[in-house]
Amino acid sequence: MNQYPTWKYVLIITVILTGILYALPNLYGDDPAVQISPLRGAPINEASVTRVSELLKGEGISTKSIEQIERGILVRFNNTVDQLQAKDLIEEKMGENYIPALNLSPATPDWLSALKAAPMYLGLDLRGGVHFLMEVDMVAAARQAGERYVSDLRSILRGEKVRYLSIARTSSGHSIEIKFRNVADLELASSIIRKEYPRLLLEQEDRGGDAFLVVSISDEEIRETKKMALQQNIITLRNRVNELGVAEPVVQQQGDNRIVVQLPGIQDTARAKEILGATATLEFRMAVENADVQAAIAGRPPVGTRLYKERNGSPILLKKRIIVTGDQIIDAASGIEQQNGSPTVFISLDSKGARKMADTTRENVGKPMAVVFIENKTNSKRIDGELVRTKKKIEEVINVAVIRDQFSKRFQITGLDSSEEARDLALLLRAGALAAPIEIVEERTVGPSLGQDNIDQGMTSVIVGFIIVMLFMAVWYRGFGLVANIALTVNLVMIVAVLSMLQATLTLPGIAGIVLTVGIAVDANVLIFERIREEIRSGNSPQASINAGYDKALSTIADANITTLIAALVLYTFGSGPIKGFAITLSIGIITSMFTAIMGTRAVINLVYGGRKVKKLSI
Amino acid sequence: MQIFNKEPSFDFMGKRKLALIVSILLVIISIASLATRGLNFGIDFTGGTLIEVGYENSADLSEVRATLESAGYGNAITQHFGSSKDVLIRVPPHEGMTNADLSTGVLNALHRDSGSDKIEMRRVEFVGPQVGEELTEKGGLAMIYALFGILIYITLRFEKRFAVGSVVALVHDVVITLGIFSVLRLEFDLTTLAAILAVIGYSLNDTIVVFDRIRENFRKMRKGSPVEVSNRSINQMLSRTLVTSFTTLFVLIALFVLGGEIIHSFATALIIGIIVGTYSSVYVASATALALGVSKQDLMPVKKEGEDDPDVLGDQP
Repeated sequence: MNQYPTWKYVLIITVILTGILYALPNLYGDDPAVQISPLRGAPINEASVTRVSELLKGEGISTKSIEQIERGILVRFNNTVDQLQAKDLIEEKMGENYIPALNLSPATPDWLSALKAAPMYLGLDLRGGVHFLMEVDMVAAARQAGERYVSDLRSILRGEKVRYLSIARTSSGHSIEIKFRNVADLELASSIIRKEYPRLLLEQEDRGGDAFLVVSISDEEIRETKKMALQQNIITLRNRVNELGVAEPVVQQQGDNRIVVQLPGIQDTARAKEILGATATLEFRMAVENADVQAAIAGRPPVGTRLYKERNGSPILLKKRIIVTGDQIIDAASGIEQQNGSPTVFISLDSKGARKMADTTRENVGKPMAVVFIENKTNSKRIDGELVRTKKKIEEVINVAVIRDQFSKRFQITGLDSSEEARDLALLLRAGALAAPIEIVEERTVGPSLGQDNIDQGMTSVIVGFIIVMLFMAVWYRGFGLVANIALTVNLVMIVAVLSMLQATLTLPGIAGIVLTVGIAVDANVLIFERIREEIRSGNSPQASINAGYDKALSTIADANITTLIAALVLYTFGSGPIKGFAITLSIGIITSMFTAIMGTRAVINLVYGGRKVKKLSI
Repeated sequence: MQIFNKEPSFDFMGKRKLALIVSILLVIISIASLATRGLNFGIDFTGGTLIEVGYENSADLSEVRATLESAGYGNAITQHFGSSKDVLIRVPPHEGMTNADLSTGVLNALHRDSGSDKIEMRRVEFVGPQVGEELTEKGGLAMIYALFGILIYITLRFEKRFAVGSVVALVHDVVITLGIFSVLRLEFDLTTLAAILAVIGYSLNDTIVVFDRIRENFRKMRKGSPVEVSNRSINQMLSRTLVTSFTTLFVLIALFVLGGEIIHSFATALIIGIIVGTYSSVYVASATALALGVSKQDLMPVKKEGEDDPDVLGDQP
């Protein structure tokens, strides 16, 4: 009696060994590291890795490893002194297009990494950092779309010489009303609009003799506009976050109109907010041909011109007069030109911009035109403990192209080197274009010292709680209590292993969940052991009591745990951030404890007592 | 070690009238307090800005207040948090100021007055009013869904009277826990809500274990009224109920003492919830099931037609 078949032992041992294996990375700690992220499409390849390694070697900074990772280069160091030195050096020598960020990188040995084993992912409340929830103003996004149509329709009607009395957005916002003197004008106008903007919905209305044309934007287009506004903001935020030099940033859509931005390890939140909120714009200007650049560099630019710099740093003279600015760009997308297959960027302007662009390009065919990217940044630095803010306007020529023909509302920029460059340019153009405004609706910032405190206090309470429960169980149930303690320990390892495998985020409430699980996990054993005692009291043999104890307690344990699991699942579904962390650890703990407390303890007890004559149980 | 060498035989159900009065009293006090004083909601639900700063040495709150007042944040509420070195500042929304400016402004004012090396930002939390509203709504919904999920599960596994009994016990536990939070003006934030939901799970755990035994004994014991069966079952499970409650309380006390200030309200809610939950699984849940007239037939396994069942006859209460 009370013997497990061999396969059950094999199964239990396999599960436990797998658990230990995947929990193992958590013991190795972290290496101080610097993560280098490229900006503005700067290349990351073997050459840049070599450059970094030679740069560090040149200064005598020893490294543990240098590797190319998904979005940059990761350099590991033996100590934080080297790490800090290296960061300053890279910042200074690698140029503006490479942003170094301090990081703690898990020191998981290669053989474990090969098994996809990694340490638990700590939440922001444990590692410190900034969490922003931003909301895109969708009403404004829809309004902007409406306003653009008003100005487009006005100019197209004027261009076609169709007379109208008034044009305005309705108060509801999703449609535009145009009033005409007579039905003939209205008919003419609607046929033009239908041809030019086939997606708009047109409706005629006769109100007391006045002819009205109601132009509405379809629901589908409004949805698209909103989606675009969100995407555009996500792209803009990603670009800016990259500039902050954060090792593992998260910029993610949440729901229909919100964006989550998480910046682990950022300490200067004021700066983070400034950069995320920076404004960028674009200007199209004519470039000056055969200009005396040298004179301009010397401080004497020709009248009506200004000196700019291209991305590679070479100077270029542009005319002062602005043709079009970024807020007149409706859309920019990268693609392939159909005629010769070269990468290109398609740009759409609003009507006002299009008119100016058409006028300028008509007169300047064959001449070069430049796109200037302007960013307003606030930089804050601590100088002698004082916070000094400097406002900086960065102007940069991102593209110069020769005008081949008169531009219309839609035009394209060709002559780009690669489709990657085309994509980046389109991205910059969109980022500079007027996006729907965003607002921070939730912020949770945890300073690094509090994060560490949270880890320390959390861990202490897990350990102390764990020890108290173990002592209690050993005193209360003696031999069986020790078996339960083994199960409890294995359960803790399993929770850590599953958390590591899922790469679920461990938060402070998550640690509280683990503590609670320690308390609840012994319940299964308490139920079984109390049952065994009852069976013994009612005069059954020790072996029969063990058997009956496990059998009869099983359904009770299952019922009790499933109901707790229901509560945990509801928490997971409705909870946000840290609460989800609690629900996850609680759920994992319940499931693993079923395994360890029932199968695990039974296996040990079978090994000890099974298959022989037993007079008395140590319970 | 054992609490009871023999099976204890306390007359729990005999005291159920007294327990009923105690429970009703507690629930009434709780509801009255919730209705008049309400809960001391944290910014998770009300919206607003909260800043925690750490000082090198213990901080003088009146100085901090003076600094904030002179910087134009006179309506900020300051308090020590955890230790005298930590100060928690709550700032209501300021007209025409974004949250970003507000927290930066407060931090700068403090830096200016105390020299930047002496203080450190530990935490900034801002919750917009809209997000706060959503969290409140979601929290309420979560509670309702959890109760319904459990109601359905127990109806399927046991019987509807037991389901009602356990849900009455749960509502009892939640209301009293919330009531204690309201009476003591303890802060109620998102993690407290999570704790309350964990209490739901835990208290149920206890209730089900007792119900499970009642069901078993109904089937096994040839004689005995429902009251006797319930009493016997509760007594049989008593040492388990106490042992599990104790182990859980041990770890929670460890969490309360060592887990840091942020986790305090979480641990408090669970400690209260588990004490109330243990009491309710003994008195409230079983008493409700009894009051609803749960009887032996309700729990017998369904027999096929034609099979006779001598147990049912003659054993009616």
